[in-house]
Amino acid sequence: MDWHAVATALFGSDHAIVADGDFLCGTATFDGAAVAIVGTTNHAAVGVDLALRQARAVLATVADSPGRPLLLLVDTQGQKLRRRDELLGIHRAMAHLGCCLDLARRNGHPVIGLVYDQALSGGFITSGLMADACHALPAAEIRVMRVPAMARVTKLPEELLESLSRTNPVFAPGVANYVAMGGVRSLWEGDLAAGLRAALADRDTADRRALEGAARGGRRVAADVIRRVLEA
Amino acid sequence: MAGMESLHFRFDGGRALAPFAPTLVGVVASGNLEVLVEAAPGTGCRIDVDTSARGFGPIWEAVLRDFHDRHGLAGLAVAIHDMGATPAVVSLRLDQAVAAIAEARP
Amino acid sequence: MNGASFAELSARERLAALVDAGTFEEWLPPSARVTSPHLAQLGVPAAFDDGVAIGRAALAGRPVFIAAQEGEFMGGGVGEVHGAKLVGLLRRALRDRPAAVLLLAESGGVRLHEANAGLIAVSEVMRALLDVRAAGIATVMLIGGANGCFGGMGIVARCADTVVMSDIARHAMSGPEVIESAQGAGEFDARDRALVWRTTGGKHRWLTGDCDALVEDDPAAFRAAAVAALAVHRSMTLAALQRESALLQWRTELAGEGADAFALWTRLGVADARAVPDLDADAVRARRPAAVTPLANGAA
Repeated sequence: MDWHAVATALFGSDHAIVADGDFLCGTATFDGAAVAIVGTTNHAAVGVDLALRQARAVLATVADSPGRPLLLLVDTQGQKLRRRDELLGIHRAMAHLGCCLDLARRNGHPVIGLVYDQALSGGFITSGLMADACHALPAAEIRVMRVPAMARVTKLPEELLESLSRTNPVFAPGVANYVAMGGVRSLWEGDLAAGLRAALADRDTADRRALEGAARGGRRVAADVIRRVLEA
Repeated sequence: MAGMESLHFRFDGGRALAPFAPTLVGVVASGNLEVLVEAAPGTGCRIDVDTSARGFGPIWEAVLRDFHDRHGLAGLAVAIHDMGATPAVVSLRLDQAVAAIAEARP
Repeated sequence: MNGASFAELSARERLAALVDAGTFEEWLPPSARVTSPHLAQLGVPAAFDDGVAIGRAALAGRPVFIAAQEGEFMGGGVGEVHGAKLVGLLRRALRDRPAAVLLLAESGGVRLHEANAGLIAVSEVMRALLDVRAAGIATVMLIGGANGCFGGMGIVARCADTVVMSDIARHAMSGPEVIESAQGAGEFDARDRALVWRTTGGKHRWLTGDCDALVEDDPAAFRAAAVAALAVHRSMTLAALQRESALLQWRTELAGEGADAFALWTRLGVADARAVPDLDADAVRARRPAAVTPLANGAA
């Protein structure tokens, strides 16, 4: 689904979201109240410039619209792979975006992530994964890295990684898998507006992902290890 | 694609050490290993090896028997995670573990 | 341990050298065997501590929580257990309120061998770290290993109050090999060490304001910087983040489209930029432009 279709499904014609290159920004009306939208499209490669742009949009919402819900529309191929971005501290720009989203949450803005196409690696860590909860469309794909690159870095055979990507929850890029692991709270299918409505109604902002991963069976160990450290 | 191999050894005899805290030396990295030594009830020395370098059972047997013969320690449980270390490095880590236990004694 | 190289020590040795002698109490130690459930299927040996030692200690007499990542194990990559140990440490800090939480960070980021579990884990660490910051507890990253601090951990590290780097350390997002592999050696020649270090190394991060302390590759220097960092807490208010936004924006505009460190340093006001790679940490410390430190930046 492209972002236009997502916006229409969520808001009908009641939105003023604009794409400027890979950057999405705007407001919409949902159930009678304003919602701020920040995100990316075109499988954006998130570099310093795009991270800072998103951060500014988040800060503008915090400064100008107290309490307004923030919907993050995520479609990214991950961090931009350029020397200039490393030179200019892309890790810091991404941390800054994450901190701005964290500020919004702490200031009482509901922050909801929606992966509507792709989400990879760093581009995902500082967007959807910093929301109160991240959701996804069923056809979306979430990955750490594509298999050929992963094979080069790990020195594991591509065929092995391809096979694991089909069969093993730890490697499979399907979003249902991320739901099972607790990384994604829910899938929005059919009535997307119902998904957003439910997400807005959930005001528990604590990080429940390890508990959900254990309850759903996709990530069985993390929650127990956390508990053991607290009790050690 | 080769998987891990698990090997288990037991050597009898030897004299027990005074009680000591679990001691770790080494790091799991290519050509290296980590060794965890703990006090175990009973006599003898138990050594469990998990290694990514398969098919070296007889060499492990020789290296570990040599360790037991040299130090003659009983009441030990040794656990090893190995990533293709040479016999010399394995012997070194085992000796380092014993030295670390001795150093920790007040 | 004067004269020893911090980078050449193991994670546990660095931790022992940093804290007050004999005060480290480890949680989930190696003997607890809390290991990765995901590595055996790939034929990779587990580590008894899954590559990170966590616990509490005293630093200059103050109670601190501390973690040390072992860069030699899986490149310091964060897997399910490794990440959960860090999250547990951070959540416990919220409850027990030590003076600070310190992380000796050496990591390639998400442990690729655990892919999805590692990605989620890194995010949980980031959220937990920001909770600790919001609670007013000082958070300190100490980056001094040969493998540097990259990927998701590179992002996480920059979420702390203080980032300490040695001049030989690196802190970035993608390693030069990854960029060269994706874009070619013309974009980033991974074998040009001087280029790599002036793009992502400690001296560059210090001169451009991306780290808060620059030290020599020496355990005593790291310890001194860690002690100083106990007193540093930067609240993340709207105003503070607006200033950060402005600072980072100003810096990218100053750089223009260029990707050359010498040019950037010169534009920032560093005298004789070309001499920097040959200077020691002391000399580089003196050259940081006032404009790059958050409080000094007037570009609002």
